[in-house]
Amino acid sequence: MNKQFNQFRFWAIGLATSWLALFVLVPSLMVLVTSFLTRDADFLIQYKFSLEGWKSIFDPTFISLLWDSLSMSMITAVICLAIAYPFVMCLMGLPQRWRGIVLFLLIVPFWTNSLVRIYAIQFLLGKKGLINETLQFVGLIDKPLDMLYSQFAVIFGLSYILLPFMILPIYSSMERLDFKLLDAAKDLGASASQRLMRITLPLTLPGIIAGCLMVVLPAMGMFFVADLLGGSKHALLGNVIKNQFIQTRDWPFGAALSILMILLLSFMLWLYYRATKMSNREGGINDSNF
Amino acid sequence: MTGCQPLLQLSGVSKTYADNTVLDALDLTIYDGEFLTLLGPSGCGKTTVLRIIAGFEKEDQGQVMLDEKDISILKAEHRPVNTVFQSYALFPHMTVYDNIAFGLIMHKVPKADINERVLEALRMVRLESFAQRKPHQLSGGQQQRVAIARAVVNRPRLLLLDESLSALDYKLRQEMQIELKRLQRQLNITFVYVTHDQEEALSMSDRIVVLNKGKVQQIGTPREIYETPVNLFVARFIGEINQFDGHVVRRIDDKHVEVVAEGADWVVKTDYPFAANDKVHVLLRPEDVRLTKPELAANTVHIEGHIHECNYKGKTLDSYIRLSTGTKVIASEFFDEDDPDFDYRLGQKVALQWITGWEVVLPYEQTI
Repeated sequence: MNKQFNQFRFWAIGLATSWLALFVLVPSLMVLVTSFLTRDADFLIQYKFSLEGWKSIFDPTFISLLWDSLSMSMITAVICLAIAYPFVMCLMGLPQRWRGIVLFLLIVPFWTNSLVRIYAIQFLLGKKGLINETLQFVGLIDKPLDMLYSQFAVIFGLSYILLPFMILPIYSSMERLDFKLLDAAKDLGASASQRLMRITLPLTLPGIIAGCLMVVLPAMGMFFVADLLGGSKHALLGNVIKNQFIQTRDWPFGAALSILMILLLSFMLWLYYRATKMSNREGGINDSNF
Repeated sequence: MTGCQPLLQLSGVSKTYADNTVLDALDLTIYDGEFLTLLGPSGCGKTTVLRIIAGFEKEDQGQVMLDEKDISILKAEHRPVNTVFQSYALFPHMTVYDNIAFGLIMHKVPKADINERVLEALRMVRLESFAQRKPHQLSGGQQQRVAIARAVVNRPRLLLLDESLSALDYKLRQEMQIELKRLQRQLNITFVYVTHDQEEALSMSDRIVVLNKGKVQQIGTPREIYETPVNLFVARFIGEINQFDGHVVRRIDDKHVEVVAEGADWVVKTDYPFAANDKVHVLLRPEDVRLTKPELAANTVHIEGHIHECNYKGKTLDSYIRLSTGTKVIASEFFDEDDPDFDYRLGQKVALQWITGWEVVLPYEQTI
């Protein structure tokens, strides 16, 4: 039986590893190599070493684009955090079985393709969309508001799509918080806001960091949100990369951008890893970690 | 040491969760400077009493008075009361020093005083060199002491300890019991200690409150509780006790009645106004039982039985006797090393007696 199990393990892990190697590692290496090649109008790339792709990254227009993308992602994360944290705190006030139901309701819409849901937002925010029509009908506004194809619309869409990715990690860290600690803080004279600032926030920080990463990282890449809600003006890093490959046809630059994005995301993940490791060492997660 | 000044008074305090009555019109007075233990089986409401005093729970009915002021409306964070939690509840992200300083910072104590008081508290629990450690770098006993220091540093009027020693192993628990007594004397703070461990309650308390099903069963010194339990529950909960059921034959004088129990006539001492034919329980601690050879007891009142089991306990020899009536009795005798006969064969016939006045006689209760 043991031998059978070993064989099963070999094939299961082997298959997964070869799959990842074939469809993740090899393409990534191809992208890496591409970033060091020369651009060619007819054949996309020439097999000749060049740093042109990487040089384009330092183009000021691109840097401002990158900055826009990063700031939009971060604003999205801040908005998600501002909604998610109070939401989770309220959720913790509910009896256990209600929490499960609420979380389930939260996740249900996300079984629908996100593209479809972005179209729905387009319909909501449009000049003849639900919000404008309603406001006009009530008489609050005379002319429809310009909401679609703006930075606001992109951030709105990103926040909507990514909110659960903020809520779930915060919920899981909040659930691990020993509520006796809050009793203890209360006992020692801490008011509700002091308990939040000195106990709850520091001890759920790993969840907050995880949530922010899980919002910021995908937010930079969700080109279809910017395409549908931001028009041409409000591009995300994902849009820029997509454009280099499909429209501008500057593959080395696109590849360099992809690598840059991977490095950026890896750096953030490393920060997160460090943060959780540190809080584990401090016992911030729970006792089972040491 | 124990002042007579009432510090905290609970009157008619009731608490119900759903349909479950946890506290039933509880009255309790806690005196300034005493070590009071709330003792009872799990679910008797003792922790709820603590949580109501601390302010974590609100009583449904009744009043909580501290220094003759009603504190029912006061939030937990404003009560001059601190708790040592069962799980210690130390803040895992703070050092020992910061844990202890927490209450002082919350109460806006001047910075210079904070440092002095934290160091003093650390000295008191002998953890001076651990100030910069995190709680998880401490042993259970050390965490326990930090939890105590964190509470007493605020100089509360009342310190509540919720089964605070139950997580420690036997030896450490013994040490901490002594340490707690020492601290209590040194600080002269009123301690309210909650436990289900009767041995702990007996050895530490000035007074014990025995609780069962949300009601006070008996309040008294450890000695009163052990030697003169007022009902079967208290008698059985505190230590081991043998129970003989019988009835009163006649009254001898205002302190003594004659009782028939286990087929023998006994003269027993009691303060209850029993009359003839009243059914009674005669209770006897195992260490008060005297075993002799039947021939030596022939001329005196005794019950006969057979040794059923012998347990060597180190200090004592515990014998389990089955009486001819079927009742089982435990006798706990100290060793007499000079007596070569001090041992029993299984099945050996013995005579069981006790000294009049060592028994406890209670009115008959419906068997629990």
